[in-house]
Amino acid sequence: MEQSLQPSAPDSRRAFIEKVSSAVFAGLALNGVKLGAEEKTNTMPASGLPPMPASPFQLSEHVDQDVLIRMQAELERTMKKPFKERRWGMVIDTRKCTGCSSCTVGCVMENKLPPGVVYRPVINEERGTYPDVARTFTPRPCMHCEDPGCTPVCPVEATYKRADGIVVIDYDVCIGCRYCLTACPYQARTFDFGEHWTDNAAKGADGALALTEARAYQNPPNFEYGKHWERSEGLIPGSPVGNARKCTFCTHRLDQGMLPMCVSTCVGRATFFGDLNDPKSLVSELAGQANAKVLKPEAGTQPQVFYLS
Amino acid sequence: MNRNAKILWAIWALLALLGGIGLIERLFLGHRLAAYTSYVPWGMWVAAYIFFIGLSAGAFLLSSLVYVFGVHKLERIAKLALFVAATTLVMSLLTIWFDLGHMERNYEVFTRPHFHSMMAWMVWLYSAYFALLLGELYYALRRDMKSLSAEAIREDDRKLKRLATIGIPLAIAFHGGVGALFGTVSARPFWNSPIYPIMFLVGALLSGGALMTFIVASFWPDKDEAWLDLLQFLGKIVLGFLLFDLLLEWAEFSIPLWYGVGPEASLVKYVLFGPFWYVYWVVHILLGVAVPIYLLAAKRDAKSINLASALVAVTFFAIRLNLVIPGLVTPELKGLENAYVDPIGNHLSYHYVPSFFEWQILMGVVALGIAIFYLGRRHLPLVPNSTSHEVSK
Repeated sequence: MEQSLQPSAPDSRRAFIEKVSSAVFAGLALNGVKLGAEEKTNTMPASGLPPMPASPFQLSEHVDQDVLIRMQAELERTMKKPFKERRWGMVIDTRKCTGCSSCTVGCVMENKLPPGVVYRPVINEERGTYPDVARTFTPRPCMHCEDPGCTPVCPVEATYKRADGIVVIDYDVCIGCRYCLTACPYQARTFDFGEHWTDNAAKGADGALALTEARAYQNPPNFEYGKHWERSEGLIPGSPVGNARKCTFCTHRLDQGMLPMCVSTCVGRATFFGDLNDPKSLVSELAGQANAKVLKPEAGTQPQVFYLS
Repeated sequence: MNRNAKILWAIWALLALLGGIGLIERLFLGHRLAAYTSYVPWGMWVAAYIFFIGLSAGAFLLSSLVYVFGVHKLERIAKLALFVAATTLVMSLLTIWFDLGHMERNYEVFTRPHFHSMMAWMVWLYSAYFALLLGELYYALRRDMKSLSAEAIREDDRKLKRLATIGIPLAIAFHGGVGALFGTVSARPFWNSPIYPIMFLVGALLSGGALMTFIVASFWPDKDEAWLDLLQFLGKIVLGFLLFDLLLEWAEFSIPLWYGVGPEASLVKYVLFGPFWYVYWVVHILLGVAVPIYLLAAKRDAKSINLASALVAVTFFAIRLNLVIPGLVTPELKGLENAYVDPIGNHLSYHYVPSFFEWQILMGVVALGIAIFYLGRRHLPLVPNSTSHEVSK
């Protein structure tokens, strides 16, 4: 852990300086001084300050542990709590994000997202002018805001914030008016237009292959919200076709004791997930840091996804 | 049937045919052929919906001038105005119904009411308004369709006045509500403005008044002195609302544009100088404002009023497009436009131009509106001393 290493650095530096300075003094000016004087400089710092107290950062128990192992254990702990006492949140360390988009891809696979539907794109921004440029990556899941803009606009209450903090959409109710899409300041909602990845493939030389082989992949249901969703088009589209869709924090995986897919697939260990109501959880620690910020705080929606930068 | 009528019928048939094909495509392919995206989630259909529903509210409020305030000058067009209000309401509801992802679930707005949602309020209010319109039409028309006693007619008049009186706050509430539907969305700086409900009402009176003026100018049976007098009175109403609407538009655009800083300023610049500048300057300002002001203020003859009101009514659609779409065209987060794309349907784009399929649905709705109006004009006693059978031939 990065944090656990930093506090110990001043200690060792001080010890190092003390050792070096005492040796220099002993060697240069105080050639004939007795050994007792040298012992004195060792026990008493040159500055005259009392010895450093123990580090206030006590993360040592997690130092050698992969954050995924820690978050997994915390997830299991949280799932034992009553539903209402959980408050799921996420922290994304943009300094560790390499912009590999494996969270986006993992999410597309987990939720079988069709073309045009995306829950967690990674914004890739270049700053400055060539050749003096820098790149920043900002993965953008749903912020699962405390005070969401998207839920109060729904005319049929198909979308709402659950007691555990996750903003969900009831696909069986949503009428597809797309008002919520306009009301999200992060544009974290997309509309399922009923497209398939094989739509254009089936036209070319590989058409037959696409129809048989690839559709075998696209036809099985997805398991969002722990249900079976079989998309279909037509007069009455099979949900989630014709619905608003968004990141669910993988509720279906949480219910099985698994971390959200984007957390699992993050190669840089840059995405952290857990219970913000649990002060000992990793996300609580990280979200409490001074460099933890939210996107567009002026929107006033109090996002539950924090960014470290 | 003369040559002009044949051409008009041919145009109508083409609209109906293309609309019919669009309807089939909409029912079986859903939204796949639409050009609106997840980032510009509302397109031309929403603009058409608020345009048609504004025409309805405007025409209705015009009829209320007669039934509530007893403006005798407009008495002869009151029934026609009610019928036009009902026709344009049907057009608007149909357009927005096609816009839903799940058309079959529309009833849920009543069975699962969400009292916080401005859209739910809008639906409830226009449903009540629709029922009220039908009631008013019934009491306004039945005296001409079967013989009623003088007492029964007086009783109908009382009911009419009562319904129309309820109708005024209802029409203000529902169309102000349509404005509030946009104005309350704080995530969209272009929409998030308290002036919207007021602008929607003024816009409704302007566009609905212009449509009624055009209809009276074009389809009135006896084009006599009284008709010209009525037409000039209507022309003055349209001119007044046109100028007032322009004042509100100045307020709406000049405030954010003055220092030119901030998200709203860039969106106003998009409207005025963006890729669709001609929609604002040519369609709206030239054809919808400058030419009609000249015709209504300087010319004032029947032909000029006819042309001016037609221009105002039709080009008002440009104002509606320029309200819905610019509110959506800039990414809420910088860089989102390139973060992830949709290679199949291009439905993750900030660039929106209505597809032909969207125009098809609009053509079908317009064709249906014309058909309803034609049939009503022919078979219902909408204008006094109706000689509609002779005139329409």
